[in-house]
Amino acid sequence: MKHMTESAWIRWLLICLALFFLGLFLILPLVAVFMEAFKQGSEMFMAAILDEETFAAVKLTLLVALVSVPLNVTFGVAAAWAIAKFTFRGKNILLTLIDLPFAVSPVIAGLIFVLLFGSQGVAYPWLEAHDIKIIFAVPGIILATTFVTFPFVARELIPIMEAQGKDEEEAAVSLGASGWKTFFRVTLPNVKWGLLYGVILCNARAMGEFGAVSVVSGHIRGMTNTLPLHVEILYNEYQFAAAFSVATLLAALALVTLILKSIIEWKTQRKEELP
Amino acid sequence: MKRKTSRSSGFLPGFGLTMGYTIIYLSLLVLIPLSVLFLKASTMSWEAFIGTILDERVLSSIRVSVVTSFFAACMNAVFGVLVAWVLARYQFVGKRFIDGIVDLPFALPTAVGGIALTSIYAENGWIGQFAAEWGIKIAYTPLGIWVALTFIGLPFVVRTVQPVLQDWDLQMEEAAATLGATRWNTFFRVILPHLLPAVLTGFALAFARALGEYGSVVFISGNMPHKTEIVPLLIMTKLEQFDYAGATAIATVMLVASFVMLLIINYLQWRINKFDAAR
Repeated sequence: MKHMTESAWIRWLLICLALFFLGLFLILPLVAVFMEAFKQGSEMFMAAILDEETFAAVKLTLLVALVSVPLNVTFGVAAAWAIAKFTFRGKNILLTLIDLPFAVSPVIAGLIFVLLFGSQGVAYPWLEAHDIKIIFAVPGIILATTFVTFPFVARELIPIMEAQGKDEEEAAVSLGASGWKTFFRVTLPNVKWGLLYGVILCNARAMGEFGAVSVVSGHIRGMTNTLPLHVEILYNEYQFAAAFSVATLLAALALVTLILKSIIEWKTQRKEELP
Repeated sequence: MKRKTSRSSGFLPGFGLTMGYTIIYLSLLVLIPLSVLFLKASTMSWEAFIGTILDERVLSSIRVSVVTSFFAACMNAVFGVLVAWVLARYQFVGKRFIDGIVDLPFALPTAVGGIALTSIYAENGWIGQFAAEWGIKIAYTPLGIWVALTFIGLPFVVRTVQPVLQDWDLQMEEAAATLGATRWNTFFRVILPHLLPAVLTGFALAFARALGEYGSVVFISGNMPHKTEIVPLLIMTKLEQFDYAGATAIATVMLVASFVMLLIINYLQWRINKFDAAR
């Protein structure tokens, strides 16, 4: 039918315009990371990657993700079970509260933990009496990271579990299965891709978080430096090649995340939705 | 919250356990820490609070943040619709790759995005040198902040508009075409009004994210007070000077603004869902 689509050259123009925009704002920065990293040769690159402080930063980044991701997975599963399988008053308020950390600036996310546990903080006298350090130490980094990645798993699971209803679970329970057995044998297999999707996004943010962690970390080299903070320190010391070399590790993480995400989307033919 | 009486006839176990855990975890990690901010702000005198906020430097940073975030979200709205349209309607080589790469700003740590954009848009960078020939400085000016905020907000509009276009019922377009409307008219009179709630949601999400963004902006902005200092950076600076009261006051204003944005976004999404259900 006439006028149902655009003429070929307009289509071509629109595609080119979109690709130009994405090239300028997405592809170019990604390419720049790798180009800048190898600007002074592969030896400099390897030296930056194999540096002791880089190694310490990798270890801390993995540790932070290893604690905060499982915490948020446990919460996400519990919240999704309560919200998707039951009806109760105040559900919308609860959903909005779960979204809160997405609306809060990362810097404020760090600030609130400084106000709680920092040297002028509410809980500081008690912490000092028990010789516990949270701010400018690893626990603070874990807390801030867990805060900013809080909604990821829950937000993925809730719509999927709501869409699946509760017939299968009710059948399992009425046939005598326990609650745990029902969850592991019936619910979990149904939502495994959605759960994995949430875990991947949560992990990417946990390893890459900068603002919130920057506030609580104190930037102590080899001690409280995560990978993104290490990139910042190197960059601010004008060690650009080294900064971009370490940044390639994070860029690689981002690419793996995107590939896994695409595979899951392809596997489940799910529609795109907001993170 | 634990009102067993009002839950539906279901007999699934575990409501008490999962709901209890949800409430406790949410309170410990999110609600109590956030309320400490308001508690701390409430210990300030009203004059001190207002004095902090009305400080010249604070007002400048608010202006810089709001203006750059607004124009970045506008850029994202226009090009987000374009990218979503191209991905939903056309076939071309590399489409799957492009579809995947749109989410890069969510996956790439903001600090990495920040230094990469700075190297490109600095005066000796790939794009910066061409702009410099025209006498335009991008990095270390508000223009640089706008570039970084456009980068991090890019996926929002695409990902809100794309599903609407994919679930689209072509009948309305057919009707418009049958009645003799040109494609141009159909797009602006039929398609765009229908997309508007999704575009607005994406715009609001991108704007809200841009207001709070820190990592990708600090490297490219140059951080000059009154000129290229954004609100999150000013909070950071106050903290480094151990001015906790000042940081708290600014953060409180920002947090309230974020809550308002969140309510607007939720309302817009509720509108879209209602709209979808009605169709």
